[in-house]
Amino acid sequence: MKILVGVKRVLDYNVKARVKADKSGIELANVKMSMNPFDEIAVEEALRVKEAGNADEVVVLSIGPTQSQETIRTALAMGADRGILIETDELLEPLAIAKLFKHIVEKESPGMVLLGKQAIDDDSNQTAQMLAALTGMAQATFASKVEVDGDHLNVTREVDAGLETIRIKSPAVISTDLRLNEPRYAKLPNIMKAKKKPLDIVAVGDTGIDVSSGLTVVEVNEPPEREAGVIVGSVAELVDKLRNEAKVI
Amino acid sequence: MSILILAEHEAGALRPATLNVVTAAKAIGGDIAVLVAGQNVADVAEAASKVDGVSKVLHCDDAAYEHELAENLSALVVSVAEGYTHILFAATAAGKNVMPRVAALLDVSGISDITEVSSGDTFVRPIYAGNAMATVKSTDAVKVIGVRTTAFDDAAETGGSASIDTVAAAGASDLVNFVGQELSKSDRPELTSADIVVSGGRGMQSGDNFAMLDDIAAKLNAAVGASRAAVDAGFVPNEYQVGQTGKVVAPNLYIAVGISGAIQHLAGMKDSKVIVAINKDEEAPIFQVADYGLVADLFDALPELSAALDS
Repeated sequence: MKILVGVKRVLDYNVKARVKADKSGIELANVKMSMNPFDEIAVEEALRVKEAGNADEVVVLSIGPTQSQETIRTALAMGADRGILIETDELLEPLAIAKLFKHIVEKESPGMVLLGKQAIDDDSNQTAQMLAALTGMAQATFASKVEVDGDHLNVTREVDAGLETIRIKSPAVISTDLRLNEPRYAKLPNIMKAKKKPLDIVAVGDTGIDVSSGLTVVEVNEPPEREAGVIVGSVAELVDKLRNEAKVI
Repeated sequence: MSILILAEHEAGALRPATLNVVTAAKAIGGDIAVLVAGQNVADVAEAASKVDGVSKVLHCDDAAYEHELAENLSALVVSVAEGYTHILFAATAAGKNVMPRVAALLDVSGISDITEVSSGDTFVRPIYAGNAMATVKSTDAVKVIGVRTTAFDDAAETGGSASIDTVAAAGASDLVNFVGQELSKSDRPELTSADIVVSGGRGMQSGDNFAMLDDIAAKLNAAVGASRAAVDAGFVPNEYQVGQTGKVVAPNLYIAVGISGAIQHLAGMKDSKVIVAINKDEEAPIFQVADYGLVADLFDALPELSAALDS
């Protein structure tokens, strides 16, 4: 079985997002960019499935600017076999991303597609579900455990009230949640080796996929600031404030 | 405009999240229909018909919808979608599982997690863990939307007298089977709808120490939550997690205990009305969003707080 993994280049999770002065979006010039953390978990899971003997190739797909090659190289250094970049400087909506993934799925015929449950930039949480819907593949979102059982997958999912297990037929789309695994760090020799692994680059225009969107960002604003609070000196003072000032208990 | 809402329900009752979605639908304006799908859910359909502002209930009783499988629910929503200008879901784990499928099947963008309705086609949603608010405008013929429940009040559960129409089931996928679930049992209020939330972080040091939070939560009729660090450390199960990628809460009172205040945690609680932080590190970022901060060792402060609540 082949596994296709999606990786997105995003503002590093330790960097605080700053709104651009012209309100057109978030300042991304000269800030640290990294692989979306949920995608690291997806790469790790694909590698574990392969290492357990249940897959023979891990292919990494990223859709984004030319610098996304670095993100793909990171996944290759972790152990993925080859990469594909669909290059675009536009910020595409999840629907367009899902259509481009479908395009690659049709070429590569993976038995499993692993995607992060959401990217920490737009926080959409849509692409995996959309890809499953567009391809007719089975869907398991928010996975905290994936077990390969022949041509089926048993997936435990994080839901609002706890955990749920579903059994789905391969090929399937799985989106990863935080507790699925702890991603490995790439070792230096593997980082060197990753530079020689194959990476195909395709211009988005050459895919023939319509990536237009009915959704436009009108403006981006700072969230309302909370007013600074007070430091209380004791538990007694805290309880008094909550009872008599804030009146919330 | 004509709005369709997919209802969420459990144990024969509407989930409060659906009442928040009805309020968002009222802000958009137009006729509001609620689709109630499940097995033996006539009571839920009846309850939905009484919700203030709802003009029609679509009731579909079929085993295919018993476990909220996304494949089956999205096919049903699409089968009844014609004529609606907006299709709304709660941005819960269940709603997020289905909403994007419906959008993709209708070949339109999904609009996740809206916190404000500016007009019938323009909405505000948080991005970058709530560090920015994006105003987005949709030109799609049908707007498929996830509603952040904490951003909208509950619609009244009485006052409506909607008609109830039965709709046909739309088939069951043979690609997916429900196997089982492990749901947490708690006497506490549900995390996302509780008036008071008491959350613990890595500073709690162990799952056993969460008993101290349970004790305080019991006295305040509060729900218990946790930071991602506490969940990742295995102190408490995943359903406790408050944050960007966990649950978003906005109670009247949020008490953060031993939580440093990482960006992704603040994303899940900073819209709470009153925030209390108890942390021994006076530099902890949580104090920047707290209305009342107490710099103290939680192992001293919690027993004291528990005693003070009795007096």
